[in-house]
Amino acid sequence: MTWTWFHRLGSPPYVYALAERLTPWFAWPAALLIVGGLWGGLVLAPPDYQQGDGFRIIYVHAPSAWMSLMVYTTMAVAAAVGLIWRMKVAHAVAASCAPIGASFTFAALVTGALWGQPMWGTYWEWDPRLTSELVLLFLYLGYMGLRAGIEDTQRADRASAVLAVVGVVNVPIIHYSVTWWNSLHQAPSVMRLDKPTIPASMLVPLLMMLLGFTLYFAAILLVRLRAEILSRERAASWIRAEVFAT
Amino acid sequence: MPGSSAAGALAPLPAPRSAEQALTGAATVADMEASARPASALDAARLALLRDLQLAFRRRAQLVQPLAFFAMVTMLFPLAISPELARLREIAPGVLWVAALLASLLALEFLFRDDAHDGTLEQYALSGQSLTALMFAKTAAHWLLTGLPLALMAPLAALSLGASAAAIPGIVVAVAVGSVALSLIGSIGAALTLGIKRSGALLSLLTLPLSMPVLIFGARATQLAIGGASFLAPLELLGALAVLGVTLAPLAAAAAVRISLE
Repeated sequence: MTWTWFHRLGSPPYVYALAERLTPWFAWPAALLIVGGLWGGLVLAPPDYQQGDGFRIIYVHAPSAWMSLMVYTTMAVAAAVGLIWRMKVAHAVAASCAPIGASFTFAALVTGALWGQPMWGTYWEWDPRLTSELVLLFLYLGYMGLRAGIEDTQRADRASAVLAVVGVVNVPIIHYSVTWWNSLHQAPSVMRLDKPTIPASMLVPLLMMLLGFTLYFAAILLVRLRAEILSRERAASWIRAEVFAT
Repeated sequence: MPGSSAAGALAPLPAPRSAEQALTGAATVADMEASARPASALDAARLALLRDLQLAFRRRAQLVQPLAFFAMVTMLFPLAISPELARLREIAPGVLWVAALLASLLALEFLFRDDAHDGTLEQYALSGQSLTALMFAKTAAHWLLTGLPLALMAPLAALSLGASAAAIPGIVVAVAVGSVALSLIGSIGAALTLGIKRSGALLSLLTLPLSMPVLIFGARATQLAIGGASFLAPLELLGALAVLGVTLAPLAAAAAVRISLE
């Protein structure tokens, strides 16, 4: 097996062109899946026998919460790759991930609070999953704060990469300690390996939304990555050729 | 500056000599005879630890500040909530741990700042000794100077909040073990924010989310100790966090210091 594909990913012009080509391949399926999932979830799925129509917020809430963790993992892996192989593009990927992840985390918190109002009778319940989501938001803010605090890009890259790796070690610890601290939330009903407790008419749109959000993240990441590469390589000559050629 | 004079007083620090050995590749015969063996990572760590302790004891006023801060914060709660001991007893574990967390955060500022200013950290990084071991030594000194006094002072605060004397051993042990983890987590944040001006708010933004498990288990252990129940389960979890911190945090702190020095 050759490693040329990996080495090529270290070259900003190559990645810039690749990201440009790949974006529509993620963006269009994401749009279709999200529109289809929303239609299925908001219109076709029957109301829940206990929660009525209130449960439908899960079609935004659960994928956002899922993405908040997935983006953090992606960011930490990219940061580790950048630290280990000193790959500038990997650091650019990690830097592009952070605001997206923070936005997903914020969306998960807001939708969780909106769901909590009719279900628990309060916007904020100190429930373990909402609390660890809040801590995750602070981890994202810390990462972005550290990056903003260091002027030199390379130092900012490497320092924030160490923080991302430390954070990813801590995320499970934080999650389990918060769960231990309080177990009030209903048990997760999707991620069970035996048979799911929700019917297919509710589950299929949810899975479509999960996949749609994941592809949406990939598309948005590629767009942000191109912007990040442009701003980092603004002095490079290939940019003139790439951007002003058309 | 007292820092540099103290470093001078500790001149027979073997680390620089072995640094030269490491940098030039081989030592001369005279060098080899002068020091029977090269300084091990353990020797270097011990000397760094002693140096930090000696420096700190020459500036005692700085040592007292986090403790005074801890006492102040504890005092704010009765004033803000109510003087009834029955109510204070309920919130005592939380008050104690939030105050301890903030005090340790305040003390973190002293962990690397002076050494970064006078170039000691650079010397450490260039010494050829394991920077991880040196970071561990610095963090250990920091814990001895802030965490341990905090643990010894915590019972006073707890008593003033209505805890019974029987709870004292539990509180001391919980704060002592928990502050080990806090110092180690904090050392990563302090190393990452080296060289950033006005980094106080950023340091707390980096450190506090990572410290949350310590707060949870520590407050729970203290709560059980005040209630007279067995606090072993949360204490063991605190111990696990401290052990995890000992094994991983100095590595991360050393990497962060190297990045900051670039």
